[in-house]
Amino acid sequence: MTCREFAEFLDAFLAGTLLAEEMAAFHRHLAVCVHCVTYLDTYRRTVDACRRLGATGEDVPAEVPEELVQAILASRRKQA
Amino acid sequence: MTELPDLPVLAASAEPDECQLVQALRRGEEPAFAQLVRLHGRQLLATARRLLNNEEDARDCLQEVFLIAFRAIEKFEAKCRLTTWLHRIIVNTALMKLRSRRSRPECSIDDLVPRFTEDGHHLEPPCPWSDHATRSLQAAESHRLLRRAIEQLPESYREVVLLRDIEGLSTEATGQFLAITANAVKIRLHRARQALRTLLDRHLEDLT
Ligand SMILES: [Zn+2]
Repeated sequence: MTCREFAEFLDAFLAGTLLAEEMAAFHRHLAVCVHCVTYLDTYRRTVDACRRLGATGEDVPAEVPEELVQAILASRRKQA
Repeated sequence: MTELPDLPVLAASAEPDECQLVQALRRGEEPAFAQLVRLHGRQLLATARRLLNNEEDARDCLQEVFLIAFRAIEKFEAKCRLTTWLHRIIVNTALMKLRSRRSRPECSIDDLVPRFTEDGHHLEPPCPWSDHATRSLQAAESHRLLRRAIEQLPESYREVVLLRDIEGLSTEATGQFLAITANAVKIRLHRARQALRTLLDRHLEDLT
């Protein structure tokens, strides 16, 4: 397996969908290639950071700003 | 000290049954509209902010979504949850808004994905991220860093990252929203993640 091929397998590896043979080749490459160790690590952190941004709900506000609630209700009444 | 009431009881009295809310909306009862906005607006506003990365656009988007929902409530089918239904409407509305924004010059994805030598080795070996960089990425302020990097992705790649990795939609659902095949979603997502890694790499380097 080359570094190029290794990169192509990253998503399947992270999703846990590599076949046993592919997984073995993936790990054999990882054991001898420091660049791909780094690439895997930074790639995984990138994906993790995105998922955290969406999943934690840290960015969900405590409430919808009241003026926005009122604007929404007012425009509904206008349309009704 | 008095015992706290059981949570389900509390929840039931605070949030009337979804069916009742839907019926009240269909009857056009004013308090029901306000209730829908207060109950689901927070989550939807967060989604709009994530997708649009602009407060004014996010607020406009939320307003549009509720107007669509108020009008379409007749068509809402009780077999899916209101949350899911509203999430779909906001993703769709935000995508249309994203596409209508004046297109900005974008960097080419080719400059952001790794390059390889003829025999398949990394042409520019990746650098490990320092402890400092890793902490920055985990810290609360990383949201800003990450959003800035996502904003720099070419549009079609940004969309796929937003829907798959940020909003957590399935490959199939993402394909439906973007009108592309599941396989095209996978290919685009892979290139988008690679490009995002490069962009984060650059931003993290600037921090140190
Ligand atoms: Zn390698």
